[in-house]
Amino acid sequence: MTDLTKLTIAAARDLMAKGELSSRELTEAHIKAVEAARPLNAYVAETPEMALAQADAADAKRKAGDARAMTGIPVGIKDLFATKGVHTQACSHILDGFKPEYESTVTQKLWDNGAVMLGKLNMDEFAMGSSNETSYYGPVKNPWRAEGSNKDYVPGGSSGGSVASVAGYAAMGATASDTGGSIRQPAAFTGTYGIKPTYGRCSRYGMVAFASSLDQAGTITRTVRDGAIMLESICGFDPKDSTSVNMPVPNFEAALTGDIRGLKVGIPQEYHLAGMPAEIEALWHQGIEWMKAAGAEVVDINLPHTKYALPTYYIVAPAEASSNLARYDGVRYGLRVVPNGGGLNDMYEATRAAGFGDEVKRRIMIGTYVLSAGYYDAYYLKAQKVRQLISDDFKRAFEKVDVILTPTAPSAAFAFGEKSDDPVSMYLNDVFTVPASLAGIPGASVAAGLDAQGLPLGLQILGRPFDEETVLRVSGVIEEAAALKAEPKVWWR
Amino acid sequence: MSDIDKATVAKIARLARIRIEDDKLDHLAGELNGIMHWIEQLNEVNTDNIAPMASVVDAKLRWRQDEVNDGGIQDKVLKNAPNAEYGFFTVPKVIE
Amino acid sequence: MAKYIIQGATGDFEVVLGLEVHAQVTSNAKLFSGAATDFGAEPNAQVSLVDAAMPGMLPTINEECVRQAVRTGLALGAQINKYSVFDRKNYFYADLPQGYQISQFKHPVVGEGIVKIDLEDGYTKEIGIERIHLEQDAGKSMHDQHPQFTYVDLNRSGVALMEIVSKPDMRSPEEAGAYLTKLRTILRYIGSCDGNMEQGSMRADVNVSVRRPGEPFGTRCEIKNVNSIRFVRQAIEYEARRQVDIIEDGGKIDQETRLFDPVKGETRSMRSKEEAHDYRYFPDPDLLPLEFDDAFIDAARASLPELPDDKRARFEGELGLSAYNAAVLVAEQESASFFEVILDETVKATKKPAKDVATKVANWVIGDLFGALNKAGKSVADSPVSAKQGAELLALIEDGTISGRIAKEVFELMFETGKDAGTIVEEKGLKQVSDTGAIERIIDEVIAANPGQLAEYRGGKDKLIGFFVGQVMKLSGGKANPGLVNQLLKPKLDG
Repeated sequence: MTDLTKLTIAAARDLMAKGELSSRELTEAHIKAVEAARPLNAYVAETPEMALAQADAADAKRKAGDARAMTGIPVGIKDLFATKGVHTQACSHILDGFKPEYESTVTQKLWDNGAVMLGKLNMDEFAMGSSNETSYYGPVKNPWRAEGSNKDYVPGGSSGGSVASVAGYAAMGATASDTGGSIRQPAAFTGTYGIKPTYGRCSRYGMVAFASSLDQAGTITRTVRDGAIMLESICGFDPKDSTSVNMPVPNFEAALTGDIRGLKVGIPQEYHLAGMPAEIEALWHQGIEWMKAAGAEVVDINLPHTKYALPTYYIVAPAEASSNLARYDGVRYGLRVVPNGGGLNDMYEATRAAGFGDEVKRRIMIGTYVLSAGYYDAYYLKAQKVRQLISDDFKRAFEKVDVILTPTAPSAAFAFGEKSDDPVSMYLNDVFTVPASLAGIPGASVAAGLDAQGLPLGLQILGRPFDEETVLRVSGVIEEAAALKAEPKVWWR
Repeated sequence: MSDIDKATVAKIARLARIRIEDDKLDHLAGELNGIMHWIEQLNEVNTDNIAPMASVVDAKLRWRQDEVNDGGIQDKVLKNAPNAEYGFFTVPKVIE
Repeated sequence: MAKYIIQGATGDFEVVLGLEVHAQVTSNAKLFSGAATDFGAEPNAQVSLVDAAMPGMLPTINEECVRQAVRTGLALGAQINKYSVFDRKNYFYADLPQGYQISQFKHPVVGEGIVKIDLEDGYTKEIGIERIHLEQDAGKSMHDQHPQFTYVDLNRSGVALMEIVSKPDMRSPEEAGAYLTKLRTILRYIGSCDGNMEQGSMRADVNVSVRRPGEPFGTRCEIKNVNSIRFVRQAIEYEARRQVDIIEDGGKIDQETRLFDPVKGETRSMRSKEEAHDYRYFPDPDLLPLEFDDAFIDAARASLPELPDDKRARFEGELGLSAYNAAVLVAEQESASFFEVILDETVKATKKPAKDVATKVANWVIGDLFGALNKAGKSVADSPVSAKQGAELLALIEDGTISGRIAKEVFELMFETGKDAGTIVEEKGLKQVSDTGAIERIIDEVIAANPGQLAEYRGGKDKLIGFFVGQVMKLSGGKANPGLVNQLLKPKLDG
């Protein structure tokens, strides 16, 4: 019998539609895979009983003729999305024991569309990190290893559990979130497809906030088509989020025509970084050739403020985070530490000292500093001005081109501990993904090749606001052209 | 521009309500200085006459009707509380 | 008007005052959540997951709160800003669940305006409004319920407040009191705040500084959360004197937050709020800028009632009321509208022009009705005598059916029983006697019964006429028309 966990969402959907597969069978196979994948540390909470109940409900619905886009498809949920009555901690110690009395809009949409929840996925604490090493629940291991090596590699971050579960066949798809690259960079590190829609497409209601003006939900899947199916099922207007945009959601799967003839593809010259591995330059070049071969027109463009995106991000995101994370104070939920005889302030300080990890503390400190009296104009206001310039760069570029093609990350996955000593070198991982986050435009990372060690590399496609369709279509063309047959060698089961 | 010394770190930590032991202040000051110096390359950018980005979404704030359609869920509100008594959250006694 | 001067040993000082008034916006639901705003609910029963700042919860704005802020701005003749921004004011406190208050810092919804205050002897003064912004209220901490714990109730958390900031234009406790009084009146007129200071729907932070006349502003202290007009005055008097004493002793005023203790009548430093004020304001990324158009402002303007100053001018000008009567009637909208209804009904019943009866109506409302209500501890709203019933009573006086004295008796019964004036007059047979023959018979009887007094009167004791009038009225059971009695009595006494 075929391994059901290796099916794509589209294939499973079609088999279930034909009555050749039940969600119960599919889900049972995945529950086993989740257990077997524990060495990856992708899940921080498994919900097999809930999954089976949802699977049976999905099968019943299908019988009743009420099958939807995700009916019966088992997925994993990043620990950042509130799931009613289920572990929701953004992988932080400070939310110890927190089980929300509410459901995030994104997950509610998935359940409304018939999806099945396998469990909650590991991530960098509060989505702050690029290697999934900051999780209170320990790092996630990348299913991929360098050829002939037994060394463990990081899966990227912050959506490390999402990509590891999908790449490791322990979920057909996963929700993820992207603040500065947390969907795209880990997708590139694991050979998966990660797409972050336009800011405002997915509701942020019930999604634990990191940086409100940047956070956007998205999906991790193994194929572009699966990405189109799953993404469509989580997008849509939500009156409970003031930044949610009231626009109809197109049929994303229908956008995968494979036809990009005449499309203008921009190549930003500023993304040719000094010191970038030749393999990545070569892959990018290969991508350009694929575009030309498919009949697209390739145009050199300039995004002059690219260089300043990271420092801008490291003001804006920590500033917002320092305020968003003020609610974790030991009063209403989560961890509470009261030193002997301590007062209210002692409780705050002890709770937050014990509850937050080093990276989260660092960012809260930076955020507090850049907003504090005397520094606001020099840092925060300055950053918001540069952010406007970065956004204007994209606006001007999209007057000339329909889509932008770049590498997703400046390197392939790295081994544990390699970059965790120096915060700034870790931050540089997001150099290609952060600009689009600042501008709020849609972006995806599609697996396009392997490096010399056999580790996956991704190409990034950026689109105009609310033009996810073109991003998906171009992603599909690259996926087909790359025709990547490699998959991680299963070492964890 | 920035020079984050031990005292500044202590002050920020106090504002952020995060207890940091004295022997960690120097190390943290070093780290934060490293990050801030890297961030200061922004000073190269001319931002004269540039308005700060007000919002990512190009829209007006939507308004809700003045209807009571929430609340009345004391149990849910208190459910996750580390300590609640008689319908109240509790904290160590505050002396004003 | 006398200047308010604090006499120090080294000379005179004047006090400089600015007020920040927090007024709870009248709305069903909270500023950014759908929980109710009612006063006095069970703890944490009017709290949504948004108000409790659960992870991932987001604010959405209540349209009515915006509308009420704009109406308030218009009522104060203020600049309305079609573009404003919500900021986060960051600080930690037990009853501030988000760890920040959503407020407006750089771009408030309302800009500069003016409040005209009414002082003694008809003096008025204009007090500048700096700005009005919308913000969330915090929850409530109770420190005295448990030996080890402070209890926290979030029912108020997220309720909409308007912070109305004055310019430092006031120079005496009286002016500050008059400003609060006037502001409260205006808010209650337009219905944007119920002005209930006991329930905390209106509180004032009072900024106090002192200086020698002609000198620049001194260092100010802010007295937080004063919740009655009387306390505002007391707090200012105490605080100004305290500051003068410090300066005269060669000391320096520390800019600080203070608390007024109404029991001791003192202000004291609030050390707990003092440490490290750095609110780190920045635009709330969960919200977009607040924008509206002229049509919205026009609709808000069209919904405003006649404002107290305009009403007062009309009462004095068109109706000829005294300044005192007009001021008393206008002070509360319920009083003013009661007066207007009763005046209208009286005009209908008597077919006389409003100007002719307005003063009589006003005197009755202020004297008889308010007096009775006051005694009974009732407000105009729950007056047992309706405006229509009052008008009927006044019409009976006006057409001579009953005398003013009988009217007082009738009113007492109306107030007790809620019956109409006509019914009471009918039931008790209180109709005034205006039949000259009947009155003359009573006069004759009285004169015959009091020969001694008659002789004294005729001997030059003119004042005794009062005695005879009284006797006639008494014998008539108070029903004799007093005008006719006077008219008929004198010729008979004079013989």
